[in-house]
Amino acid sequence: GSLSQRRLMDVRLGELPAWLATCNLSPQGLLGGVQRAWSSYYEKYINVRRGGAPGLSMLLAGYCLLSYGWNYQHISK
Amino acid sequence: MNLSFFDQFASPHLLGIPLILISMLFPALLIPTPNNRWITNRLSTLQSWLFNFITKQLMIPLDKKGHKWALILTSLTIMLLTINLLGLLPYTFTPTTQLSMNMALAFPLWLATLLTGLRYQPSASLGHLLPEGTPAILIPVLILIETTSLLIRPLALGVRLTANLTAGHLLIQLISTAVTALLPIMPTISILTTIILLLLTILEIAVAMIQAYVFVLLLSLYLQENI
Repeated sequence: GSLSQRRLMDVRLGELPAWLATCNLSPQGLLGGVQRAWSSYYEKYINVRRGGAPGLSMLLAGYCLLSYGWNYQHISK
Repeated sequence: MNLSFFDQFASPHLLGIPLILISMLFPALLIPTPNNRWITNRLSTLQSWLFNFITKQLMIPLDKKGHKWALILTSLTIMLLTINLLGLLPYTFTPTTQLSMNMALAFPLWLATLLTGLRYQPSASLGHLLPEGTPAILIPVLILIETTSLLIRPLALGVRLTANLTAGHLLIQLISTAVTALLPIMPTISILTTIILLLLTILEIAVAMIQAYVFVLLLSLYLQENI
C-alpha cells in the first residue's frame, strides 16, 4: 500500500516495524538499497556545480567514526 | 615495556568478521565513475586530470606493447595512494601495513614482468644479467650477483612499502603518546613535541604518496627492461 512506497525519512517512528516488513530484505534488495543511498548522497553533495571539500570530507569523517566504532572495544582498555 | 603500540596493526575484526575487506574497498567509494557528460562535477574533473597525469607519466618510457599495462599500473597507483592517505586519518586501518597484502601485490606483478621478458625476448632478458663492459674475470661473480638482485626484487618491493608505512604509523603513535604523557608535567616540552608531531604528519603524508609512486615506478622499470 502507501507504506511500502514511502522513503525511510517519511516514515513515522511508530510505523517503522511495519515499514521494515514491507521492504525487500534479500541480498539483492539490500544491495539495491545501498546503491540508492549512495547515489542520493552523491547527487546531493558531490555531483553539484560548485561542490568542494565538504562532500568528500563528510565521507571521510563518517569513515573515521566507523573505524572508531569498530576499534572501540580495543581502545577502551 | 608497553608493547601495545603494535596493536594498531592488528587486522580489525568485528565479532569474528574480518573488516580488512571493507578497509580495502572503501577507497572505491571515493572515486566516482565518470559519466558521459562534457562538464562533470569538480571531483570528477580533478580525478580525470590526476588519472591522465599518472598514466602519461607511466607510459611515456614504454613502447606500444607496454601500453597494455596502463590500466593495471594506473589503478595500482590510485589504490596504493588512497589506501596510504586514508590510513593517516584517526582510528583508520591501513591495509598496506600488512606484509601479506603487499607481497600479494608485488610478487605476481614482478613475476609477470619477468615471464613476459623470458617469453618474448629470452636472450635480451637474460642479457640484462651481465652489465656491459665488465672484465672477463668478474663475469661469473657478476652473473650470480645480478641473479640474486633479480630474485630479491619482489621481496624488496613488498617489504619497502610495508616497512615505510608501519614505521611512520608507529612513530606517530609513539610521539603522540609522549605528548599526552608530558602535557601535565612539562608543558613547554609538550609543545615542542607537538611541533615535531606536526612535522612528522606532513612527512607521513609525503611518504604515503611517494611510496605508492615508487612501487609502481619500479614495476614499470622492470617492465621496460623486459617488454
